[in-house]
This record gives sequence, C-alpha cells and structure tokens, in this order.
Amino acid sequence: MFRALMAATALGAAALLHPGGPAEAHGFAGDRFFPATLQTDDPFVADEASLPTLTKNPTDSTGGQSYSIEADIAKRLFSDLGVTAAYSWNYFQPKGLPPNSGWGGLSTGVQYQLFINNPHEFMGLIGLDVDWGHTGAINQGGADDHTTLSPTFDFGKGMGDLPDSLMWLKPIAITGNIGMSFPTKINSNGDLNQNTFNAGFALEYSLEYLQHHVKDVGIAAPFDRLIPLVEVTSTTPINRGFNADSGLTNGTGSATTGVVAPGIIWAGQTFQLGAEAILPYGQGQGHGVGAVLQLHFFLDDLFPHSIGRPIISDGPLFGR
Amino acid sequence: MGLRLPIWLLVAGAGCCAGIPAALAHAFLDHAVPAVGSSVHQPPAEVRIWFTEALEPAFSTIKLADGSGAAVATEKAHVDAQDNKVLVLPLPALPAGSYRVMWRVLSVDTHVTEGSFRFQVAP
Repeated sequence: MFRALMAATALGAAALLHPGGPAEAHGFAGDRFFPATLQTDDPFVADEASLPTLTKNPTDSTGGQSYSIEADIAKRLFSDLGVTAAYSWNYFQPKGLPPNSGWGGLSTGVQYQLFINNPHEFMGLIGLDVDWGHTGAINQGGADDHTTLSPTFDFGKGMGDLPDSLMWLKPIAITGNIGMSFPTKINSNGDLNQNTFNAGFALEYSLEYLQHHVKDVGIAAPFDRLIPLVEVTSTTPINRGFNADSGLTNGTGSATTGVVAPGIIWAGQTFQLGAEAILPYGQGQGHGVGAVLQLHFFLDDLFPHSIGRPIISDGPLFGR
Repeated sequence: MGLRLPIWLLVAGAGCCAGIPAALAHAFLDHAVPAVGSSVHQPPAEVRIWFTEALEPAFSTIKLADGSGAAVATEKAHVDAQDNKVLVLPLPALPAGSYRVMWRVLSVDTHVTEGSFRFQVAP
C-alpha cells in the first residue's frame, strides 16, 4: 500500500510540475554509461526501479538457507537530488527446523549528486540511507527492531580518458562507496548492534563502451550491451566488542566480512538484467555460493513525460 | 502469509517488462561510418552515425576535431531525410591524421545523450 501510494503521488506530482524540457539521461558521465549494480550503491541519482531482485544467499554458518525478493525504487526530486525506497520479503530455512518468512524492514535514502565530470567520466554522490526499525517482521522476516543511519559517499570513474595507447583499458570503469552505519539501539535481544565501516566497489568492463566509443570490433546486438563485472563489499565493526589491536570481534571472529560477486549485466534501452554469483568471505559468513538475479527498469525512458522526470524541477537543487 | 505477496512482485515485474514502449528511450550509437576506432585509406566524404532511436533534428549535432584537438570546420550535421535515426556530417577533404567525432543528440523522448569516438585517415 505504501509503495502504491508513493508511486501514485510521484506520478501525479510529476505530471503537474515538470516543465517538459530536455533531460539528461541516467547514469551517464560523458561517453560513459554506468549501469545500476546489484551489491553496491550507484553513484548517480535516477528514476529507476528494481522489480524484482531475487537472491539466494550462501548457506549460513549453521547450515541454514535463506532467500529474498526485493523491490527498490529511486526517484529524482530535482535533477541532482533524489530519494530511494526498498522493501523485501525474506524466507528462512534453518537446518533441521521449520521454515519461517516475512517482510524485511523498510529502507529509504536521500541522495545528492555532488558532481559529474564528463571529460573524465567521473561522478560523486553523497547520501543518507535509513533502515527503519519495526517496519517488518522482526522474528520471521529478519527485520530490525531499531533504526540504523548510514551516511555514504558513492563514486564512479570511467577510464575513457586514458591515452589511446591503452585503448583496450578504456572500457574499464569502477564504481564504489564508503560509509558508516550507526544503529540507534545498542543491543537487540542481547546481541550488540555495532557501528560499522562499510566499503564496496564494482569493477566493470563495458562491451558497450568498447564497441561504440573505442573500436568497432564487430560485437553485434544484443551482445554489445553486456557489461561483465565483479563486485566486492565489506563491513567492518568499529566498536562494541571490536578490538582494534587484534582486528577481532569479541576475541573470536575476524572483523571484516562481505561478499565477492562476479557477474554480468545486460543494459538495454528501457531495462537491464543483472546476474551475479555471491561468494561470502569472513568468519561466520557461511559457505557455498549464492546467486542474485535482478530486473531493473529505467523509469525515465519508460515514462519520459511523467514519472520518469524529476518531481519538482528538471533543474538542480541549487542554481549554478 | 505464504508466497502470495512475493509472487505479485514477480508478476508486477513481468508486467512492466511486457508493457515496455518500444520507441521511448534515449539514443545510443548503434554503428558509424567510418567505423568507431577504424583507420581508412580514403578520406571519407561524410561521417554517418546510426542511432538506436529517432532524433530531434534541431538539437542533434556532430562536431569534428583533429588530432591536436582543434575544431575542423565542417558543414552543419543533419538528420538523414530517409531515416530519422541517422545523423550525417558532411566533411571537407581531410588530410591524413587522427580525428575525433563528438556527437550530441536529443532523442524524441526528450533525453539528451552524447558521446565520441576516433577514426584515422591513413597516409
């Protein structure tokens, strides 16, 4: 209901307020198109929706298996200011126990595009993500009983400005983010909620960039829209049981955990498909290989005259 | 709760996919002549770029620069009268050297995209 109300409100506001002029396309910096990545935050504001993201997590350390279905939406208010919202449904199959399932908590965010440098295919964004407590099934869906605030800095850099002698490296791009998470409650059912340092990056090799901006090597559609990539995420606790000298948490587990996710994205005109394997690392993170599959829509292309435009103004938040 | 709500999410995604308007998207370069990154022995009479979407003629341009980055004087680019996905830049006689083609187009869905590529005229 919430998401339907939000979408209807956005559609109505966009139809009333947008002035109807030309608009910059999503995720571009000069020649570079940055796709929406699956594990790490994107460095641009956009009008996009991931519907759905299907995840089979790696088997956890106790032998349990979990799955999730998630819906995400990103919506611009101005050309450089946007908001995001995400909600998921989770299914757990503990080893030797009956399964349970339920809604995960609501996550929202506000993002501001700091800069886009077209000649150097470089962009940066700051944001504040909020995981809201008590907005999902705490026992069945794995939702939190507390709110967590996560300021982030996201960036994207394409290598198209390399010299021509390195032309085969020009299709490479890297996007990444660094940030912190601050739970607003110290512990939940006896487990400490630690402040964490979060970092991640996606290393991409764009066949679209190679074929259309560097050298026509004869890659035909639809393969000229493929972007192989590998994503790496990491989360490191910084207090409440974390010993900085030993690098351990409570003297037992290694501090940093995360995933390595190799995969591929196909980015079309109005939507993209992404698939990645999920390989966990760090103590207590389980074993085996998980997988994620995402269908992602570019709302600015699907609805260029209504919900695909910034709700308040096609211009920036601050005049410049 | 069962699987009913998650299944609706899947159905909604599939429905959005099935309902995608075919002609509403920003313009990507599809291919070009001279080809992207190519080397040609005869100076081309024009640069011709095929895009994935129809273009707005008044706001779609191509500019040419030589190897030093200096602008090369040309006629104005125009959308092909037979195919509104094709943008054409007539060229003067080009001496041997490296050239950079810079395009900026407005597709009919009002999205601006831009890009560039190089080609070489061999001696």
